[in-house]
Amino acid sequence: MEYVIVLIVLAVVIYAISSPFRADRRVIAGHPGQPGQPGQTGAPSPAAAVVHPSAPLTQDAVAELEAARDAKYREIRDAELDVRTGKLSDADYEALDGALRGEAVEILHALDEARKPV
Amino acid sequence: MAAAGRVLLILGLLCSLYGLGASIYGARRGDRAWVDSGRRAMYSLAGIAAVAFVILDVAFLSSDFSYKIVAEGSSSTTPTFYRAAAIWATQQGSLLLWVLLLSGWSSLALFLTRRKVREIVPYAQAVLFTLCTFFIGLNVLFANPFATSATAPTEGAGLDPLLRHTTMMVHPPMLYSGYTLLMVPFAFAVGALISGRLSAEWIQVTRRFALGAWLCLGIGILLGARWSYTELGWGGYWAWDPVENAALMPWLLSTAFIHSIMIQEKRGMLKVWNASLVLGTGVMAIVGTFLVRSGILSSIHAFVSDPTLNISFVALIAVMVIGSVGLVVWRRDSLRADARLDSMVSREAVFLFQNLLLVALTAVIFWVTFFPLISEAITGTQVSVGPPAFRPFVVPLALMVVLLSGVGPIIAWRRVTAAKLRRSFVFPLLAAAVALVALLIVPGVINHGFALAMFVFGTFVVASVAQEFFRGMRARQAMTSESPPVALGRLVVRNRRRYGGYIVHAGVALALIGVAASTSFQHSRTSSLSPGQSVRLDGYVIHYVRPTASASPQKISLGAWLDVTQGGHQVARLHTTYGLYPSQDPTLGPIGRFFNSGSNESRVGLKAGLTQDIWTVISPNVAPLGPIINQGDTLLTRLINKAQRLPLAQQTQELNRIFSVRDVIIQGLTQRYISHPWKATFLMIVSPLVTWLWLGAILAALGGLIALWPMPRRTRRTARLSGPGVRPPRAPDSVPPAEPVREPELV
Repeated sequence: MEYVIVLIVLAVVIYAISSPFRADRRVIAGHPGQPGQPGQTGAPSPAAAVVHPSAPLTQDAVAELEAARDAKYREIRDAELDVRTGKLSDADYEALDGALRGEAVEILHALDEARKPV
Repeated sequence: MAAAGRVLLILGLLCSLYGLGASIYGARRGDRAWVDSGRRAMYSLAGIAAVAFVILDVAFLSSDFSYKIVAEGSSSTTPTFYRAAAIWATQQGSLLLWVLLLSGWSSLALFLTRRKVREIVPYAQAVLFTLCTFFIGLNVLFANPFATSATAPTEGAGLDPLLRHTTMMVHPPMLYSGYTLLMVPFAFAVGALISGRLSAEWIQVTRRFALGAWLCLGIGILLGARWSYTELGWGGYWAWDPVENAALMPWLLSTAFIHSIMIQEKRGMLKVWNASLVLGTGVMAIVGTFLVRSGILSSIHAFVSDPTLNISFVALIAVMVIGSVGLVVWRRDSLRADARLDSMVSREAVFLFQNLLLVALTAVIFWVTFFPLISEAITGTQVSVGPPAFRPFVVPLALMVVLLSGVGPIIAWRRVTAAKLRRSFVFPLLAAAVALVALLIVPGVINHGFALAMFVFGTFVVASVAQEFFRGMRARQAMTSESPPVALGRLVVRNRRRYGGYIVHAGVALALIGVAASTSFQHSRTSSLSPGQSVRLDGYVIHYVRPTASASPQKISLGAWLDVTQGGHQVARLHTTYGLYPSQDPTLGPIGRFFNSGSNESRVGLKAGLTQDIWTVISPNVAPLGPIINQGDTLLTRLINKAQRLPLAQQTQELNRIFSVRDVIIQGLTQRYISHPWKATFLMIVSPLVTWLWLGAILAALGGLIALWPMPRRTRRTARLSGPGVRPPRAPDSVPPAEPVREPELV
């Protein structure tokens, strides 16, 4: 019984850690019947066969900018909460809010650029 | 199943080594498949650790004494709950729990970040696997929980009676959860430094793990304090024991970290500080784990020392320290701040001061805790340090931290005008002034300056938090016309980080008020009393009513009922007991092993209230029973020796008869304790505001939970950016000057 447990665990572990490689091979070799996927014509897609050297970087850049955007939104919210609860003067809030929203727009522009197809 | 468990541990070690290699290889080659395979190896390791843990726990629950650690740490008479939890009362089982929790939390972190921070994750993954490899390696090589005996004993030694307490069973998993959760931000910080991706994103993905670690460590510390108060029989909840400090230090550093990362998220400042802080916190978590296991410092909590484990831990700590310092120095240019402090009167400045104080507090505690070792290494003389060594340094620093925790919420980010500052401080200062005047009237308070300061500062904090809630509620009502309770609820729900944090501040202030009061204004006395006798303590009369006693094969309990009256009116009736657990050592005698085993526990008599606790514990004197115990041991030992010469079938029957006689004798002894009672020693304590400590800590935990809870996805509204005061974005001319910005709903 105990060896059965060990063998089952071993099988599950091997299956789990090998699955990314099996998925890769499926993408490279192609699966018939999937429209637009490599395999229909028998020729592998360059994009699928090789990890595009800039793809992860672009995804990381987008994720980084999205995180910066969310952080900037929080700052805008915090500033509004501060002025509404009397911690910030109206003049300070106007200046701060304008600066924060300007920074937010810059981030959004950068995000649009990063999301453009390579 | 022990063999299966051992094989699973080896499989886990191989899995961890594979994951480490795959992560590094995938990172260096930029090959996502290897990194993903490494991540799945972490999931697999968590699964393997879980199965191994279940196998071991089943062994404890079924009292399978062929397992050495089950025989050493449990018994068939140990209650089921404690048997299930006894696994982590052992060195080997607790290391396995560490592996399980570390791999579990790591799996969660890697799952949540599987499509984020892709350049950081492979290195973070490798660090987590390094730690997993270390701990599971300890289990495989030096501390095998599945070791078995050739001849299984018929009965186990039993769980240490001091650990037979609900809080003590939950305390280790909470602490280990805290330590292991701290490994996540540590690993991601290392990953960020190695990869050079030093934006705030790695902080955002690991912030919740840091907060979760803080929460778990805090709950673990609270449970330990409660156990100390109700079980150890000395009347206190914090003794500055090295193992207690080992949990406190990473908790203090993580408190600093979860504040300072807010500054980096908002302003891009304190990058070097945050990197150093999170790396230091991770190191301190391992130092804490090492302290508990090493026995290098004298502690009631420590496991039995193992030199092999000690060397391994020291090596790991050295690698972590050297590596951390090296990484920060290497990347110091990339860690330059994006902005400067706008004003010394700003929330950023308050956070910075608070951080410095918390790090100073940690440094002081570290120095005094390790001073005996340092002194011995330098002078060759062993010294011991106790609470008086800590108080002169810790108390003033703690007071400053509390004060700043009240200032921070009422100051804005970036800058604040003098008029706004005055307006924000009026109510909290007024509340603190009223508290000061009221307390000065109370006799004796003025003689305890630090306590008085804590009361006043604590009042300031609670008032500033209350003001923030009130103003926030009013601001929301102005916009939405909601009723006060609805506005307050929605204010908290939509601003969980902020208001959850405020609740934490209030909770900590209340807890420290309780600490200040209970340590400075406590009245205690130790008296030997016979039934019918009374003593006076702090205006109360404590009367020893009658003794109590009970006996079973598992435990003898000797206790007392005491009446507490004030002005002739009964205030409380307290029952305190002293439990004597039998030893397995046959040389102590069939009866003597109950009374001379050294395995004892105290159950305190406690009347807890909002204003004060009345606490007592008994130390019964069993010396008068000594002659009877010796006579009984002599007689029964003779009978047992005689019975062991009989044929087997008759032997069992005769031994059972003898043990029945033993049980009757023990019953008789306990009845004698009641019928002919003699003096017992009582420690009695009247301590004000102890309950505030527990309630404040619970409130702080609740605040932490609120801050940790994820925000729901909700409809966003757009806002136009046009208008006066808007700095135009640096964009190509083709982009319109006014851009719609999607932003979350405000307040």
